[in-house]
Amino acid sequence: MDYALHILIFVGIYAILAVSLDLIVGHGGFLSIAHGAFFGLGAYASALMAVQLGAPFLVGILCGMAVAAIVSLLVSLPSLRLHGDFFVVASFGFQIIAFSIFNNWMELTRGPLGIPGIPQPEVLGWQVDSNVEFVVLVTVIATMTYLVVWRITTSPFGRVLHAIREDEVVAKAMGKNTLRFKVTVFAVSAALAASAGGLYAHYITYIDPTSFTIMESILIISMVIIGGAGRLWGPLIGAIVLVTLPELLRFVGLPSSMAASVRQIVYGVLLVVMMMLRPRGLVGTYAFGR
Amino acid sequence: MDSISCDRLCKSFDGIRAVADLTLELPETGVVAIIGPNGAGKTTLLNLLTGFLRADSGRCLLGSRETTELAPHRIARLGVGRTFQDLRLIEQVSGLENVMLARPNQRGEGVLAALLRFGVAKEEAANREEAMRLLRFVGLADKAAELAGELSYGEQKLLTIACCLATEARILFFDEPVTGVHPEIAGQILDLLCRITDNGKLVVFIEHDISAVRRVADLVIVMDDGRVITQGPPSEVLERPEILEAYVG
Repeated sequence: MDYALHILIFVGIYAILAVSLDLIVGHGGFLSIAHGAFFGLGAYASALMAVQLGAPFLVGILCGMAVAAIVSLLVSLPSLRLHGDFFVVASFGFQIIAFSIFNNWMELTRGPLGIPGIPQPEVLGWQVDSNVEFVVLVTVIATMTYLVVWRITTSPFGRVLHAIREDEVVAKAMGKNTLRFKVTVFAVSAALAASAGGLYAHYITYIDPTSFTIMESILIISMVIIGGAGRLWGPLIGAIVLVTLPELLRFVGLPSSMAASVRQIVYGVLLVVMMMLRPRGLVGTYAFGR
Repeated sequence: MDSISCDRLCKSFDGIRAVADLTLELPETGVVAIIGPNGAGKTTLLNLLTGFLRADSGRCLLGSRETTELAPHRIARLGVGRTFQDLRLIEQVSGLENVMLARPNQRGEGVLAALLRFGVAKEEAANREEAMRLLRFVGLADKAAELAGELSYGEQKLLTIACCLATEARILFFDEPVTGVHPEIAGQILDLLCRITDNGKLVVFIEHDISAVRRVADLVIVMDDGRVITQGPPSEVLERPEILEAYVG
């Protein structure tokens, strides 16, 4: 039972990550390879606030979200002025830099030693110390993330975002400051990813840089592409598939030394098959990279 | 009212001059046609005046305000709208959504307003009403719910006009609005160009069809080799033998 709840918690955390990435990939039409970095920023900010300053869970999460949103501006403001390809490269660079900082700023992050002893969350007097309670907490935050993304994408703001995805020149001719929309949505996406990071840190109670590598970013992108970009259910389905699939592989009886490699191969094959057979993903509306 | 003009404007592509030392002041209102052979610099001029290209030298002006270095969206917000030679619409959404998208100063386009939705529903209702009015104006009311990408070519041209009007721009540039369009819809578009100016707007259109120019233009500007070679009322300019020979054949 605890195992199933553990999987559910991870589905929830990755659903937040995938839905928030879909804001920029599926709705904005630009690809970021830095979501793992924002996930990490949120995790470290929240963990450090709790461990070093004794800050409450919600304060730590909000602080992580604010840090991620501010840092996102440093990446997006210079690079989103340029063609989309430059942004992909810039986000890749940021992911590498963020990992280096997590791994090497010993005084702050303790580098590869990681941060242990992160307290379990307490939300307005409610001590979340069982997996059942954590499922409730993750579900609440994931639902809030869904609501935020749904409100944004079905509003006039979302309409402009979709226009930018389809033809940025048209949006400009209509008087829309497309840079403002892209920078804003990137900041919102980064902040939501950071909230997932905070949840992760307080759930596992220990973080180190290996959880926030570029492979993490690629995993989240895979969830969006496989589930389907541009539709709210797509990333959720992608998260369910890619979180549960490796767990199913455990039952195949592969030696643990091979499991990780086989998992990467399965992701790769899934991506190639999806791109060939269903470029819009399982339920998506937008074929990324058209 | 501010008129749009340019002063000694130059633009080259890989050493080839597209616009050469061009000085021009457009009237405040009326229908202006820009004609000239392919490569005369007509679309380049339009792109320079609307901010989609940066001039190598010279200035673009809206009244006394210099717009040479302004981004396209800022020029659009100053009241300069445009369509494109290659039809550009958001094809995956309805015609109505395209027109609503073009409405200026929407509160719901702020991310906080999008989340909290204060006053957004009311504003959306007003925008929807105005968008429907514009679709009726261009004769597409019955196609409002259809995806823009599924409209016929002529209907898409009409939709771009509705979008352009929705921006509330006072100066409207149309790049080849009737080229490749069924004659019936072409006639409809030309009538629209005239009716738009009833509200004191300036319509500038680039066109190769001399009969269309003759039918609606108050002023004709003839360009060649990146320069304005002559301008005047169609009755004068289009009767000149050299113009007729060069552009009508």
